[in-house]
Amino acid sequence: MGDVTHEIPERTPIHLIINGVSRTLDLLPWTTLLDALRDHLALTGTKKGCDHGQCGACTVLVDGRRVNSCLTLAIMKDGAEITTIEGLAKNGALHPLQQAFIDHDAFQCGYCTPGQICSAAGLMAEGHARDADEIRELMSGNLCRCGAYPNIVAAIEQAMGRS
Amino acid sequence: MNNFQYSRASAVADAIRLLAADPSAKLIAGGTNLIDLMKQNVERPSRLIDISRLPLRDIEETPDGGLRIGALVPNSDLAYHPLIEQRYPLLASAILAGASAQLRNMASVGGNLMQRTRCAYFYDTATPCNKRSPGSGCSALDGLNRNHAILGTSTSCIATNPSDMSVALAALGALVHIAGPTGQRTIALTDFHRLPDDKPHVDTNLGSGEIITAIELPPRGFAENYSYLKIRDRLSYAFALVSVAAALELEGNAISEARLALGGVAHKPWRSLEAEAALRGQAATPDHFGHAADLLLQGATARSHNGFKIELARRAVVRTLMQAASATPQSQAHKKIA
Repeated sequence: MGDVTHEIPERTPIHLIINGVSRTLDLLPWTTLLDALRDHLALTGTKKGCDHGQCGACTVLVDGRRVNSCLTLAIMKDGAEITTIEGLAKNGALHPLQQAFIDHDAFQCGYCTPGQICSAAGLMAEGHARDADEIRELMSGNLCRCGAYPNIVAAIEQAMGRS
Repeated sequence: MNNFQYSRASAVADAIRLLAADPSAKLIAGGTNLIDLMKQNVERPSRLIDISRLPLRDIEETPDGGLRIGALVPNSDLAYHPLIEQRYPLLASAILAGASAQLRNMASVGGNLMQRTRCAYFYDTATPCNKRSPGSGCSALDGLNRNHAILGTSTSCIATNPSDMSVALAALGALVHIAGPTGQRTIALTDFHRLPDDKPHVDTNLGSGEIITAIELPPRGFAENYSYLKIRDRLSYAFALVSVAAALELEGNAISEARLALGGVAHKPWRSLEAEAALRGQAATPDHFGHAADLLLQGATARSHNGFKIELARRAVVRTLMQAASATPQSQAHKKIA
């Protein structure tokens, strides 16, 4: 772990409400929310892309706001409500954004899709996007290297009730 | 990422005490820049002091008609706050020109001021960098310096400050409220960041154990005639090659007050009182704007790859002042430059 020697911190119990379910995890301070979800809770829907906040694949909702989970320390979110892609469908019915992404074929490889959908859910809750240009601008933190952008914008417009 | 200890500050005084007790500790709020740099092994704090739960999230009107913004207000909350949208739209526009929606949700106002350069050599621990490793040399001087500074540089460092928000704050004459082991003080935003000279590892004039508690905006908001124009390699989610914050007060076509700041060109937001003074009393015309741009860019020097920035900045200043004068500010969503 590098050339700096420190006293190793104790694992700390971290309480999180993940997709409505209360969970307590014993985590070290440097565990990111992304790694907590994927490695400690086996919620692998949230993807690790760049791991530096540049691609948006790790986007989740923390207390209803979209954030990059790769740049979030889990220990700092003790007590927070986390919503991941696994938590969007309700009672067996897809979230309108999930259905819209299928309707518009808004993906190719699918790796960015959970982050795109969680980010779009955050965008809709924020309520600042009023047209396609504003959707594009406010989704610019989510990269799609397959280039499905036109269909992603169309899917979000559908979910927003614009088409 | 190296191991570190974690403390959660329960009060500002608690954060100051923890910070003063350990010179290699760092404050963390949004974490958007610090965690990234820790993953790169550029930042290796022994302890993170979590200040994210401190009560510094209010936006309050000051007795003189300005606004006091708590250091922990998220960037997005500030940009969309009704008082900012109505009275300080230049600040809202600059914030929305930076980063992504997710990062703006996470990043704090104080953290925005503390973000470090995006110079690729600063990030690459395999290369010399005086900012990361004092005395090791500057790889950018004769390296890939297309994105680098043209003003206020030194032979030690040509890095730029990456913030958009700070450029607008500089133009608006914002103040920074600071608390530390010896009490509280307030400095101008333009005195907060420093030029690299022979100590590029020191980004700001924040002292040991000090913490930003608030940003204060003076009453004058320039809500009628303003624009923030950001020129970059992509249309969104990229750091500026050059950005301009322009704000005018007009009486007819005559300029009664002018503010002008550049981003992406120096180690700090670049403002010239001389350029602003030259605009006062003049007609709002491209010729006068060009003269102000020349004054603002006085002393600009290029390295091998960034010479284009000097003319780009000059043209961007004129264009942004025209946008401000005609009350057609640059949209951050609809990208056509008016």
